[in-house]
Amino acid sequence: MTSLILQVAVRVLMPLLLMFSVFLLVRGHNLPGGGFSGGLVAASAWALFAIVYGAGAARRALRVDPLTLIAAGLGTILASGAVGLVSGRPFLTGLWGALDLGAYGAWMVGTPLLFDFGVYLSVIGVVLTIIFVLEEE
Amino acid sequence: MPALMLAASILAGFVAAGAAPAFVRRFGPRAAAWTALVPAALALYYLSLACSEPAVARVLPWAPSLGLHLSFTADGLGLLFALIVSGVGAVVAVYSSGYFGGDPRLGRFYGWLLVFMAAMLGVVLSDNLLLLYVFWEITSVSSYILIGFDHEEANARAAALEALVVTVAGGLCLLGGVVLLGTAGGSFEISTLLARREGIQAHPLFLPALVLVLVGAFTKSAQFPFHFWLPSAMVAPAPVSAYLHSAAMVKAGIYLLLRLGPLLGGNAVWTWGVGGAGLVTLLLGAFMALGQTDLKRLLAYSTVSALGMMTLLIGLGTPASLGAAVVFVTAHALYKGALFLAAGSVDHGAGTRDVRVLGGLFAPMPRTALGTGAAALSMAGVLPFLGGIGKEMAYEAGLGYGLGVAAAAVAGGLGFFFVAAVAGYGPFRGRAPAAAHEVPRRMWAGVWTLAGCGLLLGLRPGAAAGLLGAAAAAAGAPGMQLKLWHGFGPALGLSLATLAAGAGLYALRARVRESAARLTWRRGPEAAYEALLGGTLAAAAGLTRGLQSGRLRNYLVIIVLTLVGLAATPLLLFQGVHWPETPYDLRFGEMGIAAVILMAAGLAVRSRSLLGAIAAMGAVGYAVATIYLRYGAPDLAMTQFLIESLTVLLFVLAFYRLPNFATLSSRRARVRDGAVALLAGGLVTVLVLVATGLQLHHPISDYFVRTAVGEAHGRNIVNVILVDFRGLDTLGEATVLGIAAIGVLALIKLKRKEP
Repeated sequence: MTSLILQVAVRVLMPLLLMFSVFLLVRGHNLPGGGFSGGLVAASAWALFAIVYGAGAARRALRVDPLTLIAAGLGTILASGAVGLVSGRPFLTGLWGALDLGAYGAWMVGTPLLFDFGVYLSVIGVVLTIIFVLEEE
Repeated sequence: MPALMLAASILAGFVAAGAAPAFVRRFGPRAAAWTALVPAALALYYLSLACSEPAVARVLPWAPSLGLHLSFTADGLGLLFALIVSGVGAVVAVYSSGYFGGDPRLGRFYGWLLVFMAAMLGVVLSDNLLLLYVFWEITSVSSYILIGFDHEEANARAAALEALVVTVAGGLCLLGGVVLLGTAGGSFEISTLLARREGIQAHPLFLPALVLVLVGAFTKSAQFPFHFWLPSAMVAPAPVSAYLHSAAMVKAGIYLLLRLGPLLGGNAVWTWGVGGAGLVTLLLGAFMALGQTDLKRLLAYSTVSALGMMTLLIGLGTPASLGAAVVFVTAHALYKGALFLAAGSVDHGAGTRDVRVLGGLFAPMPRTALGTGAAALSMAGVLPFLGGIGKEMAYEAGLGYGLGVAAAAVAGGLGFFFVAAVAGYGPFRGRAPAAAHEVPRRMWAGVWTLAGCGLLLGLRPGAAAGLLGAAAAAAGAPGMQLKLWHGFGPALGLSLATLAAGAGLYALRARVRESAARLTWRRGPEAAYEALLGGTLAAAAGLTRGLQSGRLRNYLVIIVLTLVGLAATPLLLFQGVHWPETPYDLRFGEMGIAAVILMAAGLAVRSRSLLGAIAAMGAVGYAVATIYLRYGAPDLAMTQFLIESLTVLLFVLAFYRLPNFATLSSRRARVRDGAVALLAGGLVTVLVLVATGLQLHHPISDYFVRTAVGEAHGRNIVNVILVDFRGLDTLGEATVLGIAAIGVLALIKLKRKEP
């Protein structure tokens, strides 16, 4: 599509949408959001890009093959589960630690966040795999 | 640890099987005979066990929760069969290297031959019924591969499939019987079950277990009406016929009957079922052998007959008959193995297996002729061969049971004599000059070895008396006497009468063959098998054509209707539709949303433009998401909004190049689709209403609410459930998504490659 309005709008929207998706991912454990919806937002951003500039340009801008993203996502999920396994607890046990941020207080980080990041990656990978291939069709 | 050694001996067979192809490739086909060292060494090991302690059984747990243990026993019965399997295996391994010459498939052949041997050793040495079943099935599979060794021939493939279907169907029955036995007896260990015989026989599951086990044994040992696969299997190479289909594999059913006889026998069902099947098979096989002209099929029918004789003797269940069965099994393995090898040699040397043409081979093939003659004499039941002893014992057992059984045994013996004469004497008699040549030493030596064992054991029965006696004792007949000379008695009279009548029958062989061939049925159980197989394939093809029409909308209709049927049937049958008692108080906002949904749905149906319909569907989804929002599920609503947006996007991309669908469907198709859609929608509505009125268990959500912050450090319960409480489910879902994406990719990319 060669709509000038869309082309310009995407350039502005993309960074915002991507930042929003990370925002959703990080806050998801306590507030509405999470890896799944965050991943969907990021994937929508890339889908928009692909519609406006074409799948080839989107692939080049993304730099990573969406299939690789799926693999990386599933690998991250497995890794987050394996942390529990290595420490002698059942697979996928959630382990937590406090990250001291000085003046900003302590931030609880744990393997569930890693798990959510894996979901985030695989959702992006799945959606983009399908959308890119349909767009190229 | 003797049990460990036993397990290792079976494992050694499998290891050798794995190494055989590489060995043959590296050292060439002539060196293949050296693989016979493995079965030969195993035979020596089993022989040493037979001379020492009587029985060992030890357990190595495999899957203890299933009652599956690697437990082995080496009592007389198991060792006798193990010796037959490994000994004949060694002979066949040497013979095959000559039989196949420089065939490039020799490595594969040896691999499967050794797989079979190891599995067969497992069958006869296992003390655990489940373990026995596993080995049992491996023998069926290796038999399938070996029958279909010439897999480029259509009839070899068909015969292999026939054998596989029959024996595996029987194997399935055996598994059912084994499981029932284990349920009735509380264990799968044969030794344990034997000790609980009384309780098992009184158990209500005993009868079905018995019948299922018998079907398994009968299919494997080619008992009527499952006998037909064995003659068909004669398309296999001669060593395979000698080894699997006369000496070893078909004896697995006989072994099972002998092994489980003390447990399952002693009742009318056993006596009449086993004895009856054996009797019919004995007579039928003997009769059908008379009309055969192909050397191998002739031997195959007589093998069917011999297996019937063994089954009959086991069914009688008297000490005399069980002892006769054990001796007959041994004698048969030796002489029939030799005769099948000889048939291969004759085929090899003379180029034909037609008994009407064969003749005059003594001069060109004297060594083969000598070995074959010795084996045939044993088969004919001539003293001092082991076959003669076995036959007289069978006659004695028959006379001890009843005159009818003795008559049947004599009829069988007559058949054996006829076949022995046709196969072991006919091809060599006369002076007709035949353009034939002697086979290599490694081939006639095999025939000599097996036939010689039959003669030696007949001359010196004391050498084998210990082992055969122990085997008979394990089958429930202690104190067996094994001697060459049974004295003057009715059995000897019958024996002499058999020889005389057999000689007469052979003199009239051409007319006998013709009459028997004319009387043999054309449409026996094999026709039933073919009809069953053909019907199954036709039904499967019809079903596939009906379900997989290649039209997406038909798939959708089938999937939706299946879902509706599966969900609605139990709902109506067991649950009944109970509407929730408290009515909902509908607020204005929700009614507005419902109106939007209805309008958008109507628009989607009525729209004549693709994009319009897709957008309307998106509107339905958005409105549903709004309902989630109003009921306090922001996470769900947000995900739904995103999914709807993406779905619309995907639809647009996918349908972008499609023609305008509204003009393609007929009015009838649209009405049908509408009915299906209303059915599905109605069902979901009813399900939701029923589900809200139903509270079977305490909901788990309270637990999640209590523990989410304390144990999972999260206040968004939905997310905590997804990434922590139900993390494994999410992992599964993510995997499914990934696979789906790869599927889409493959579908579209593959489609692209088409011209």
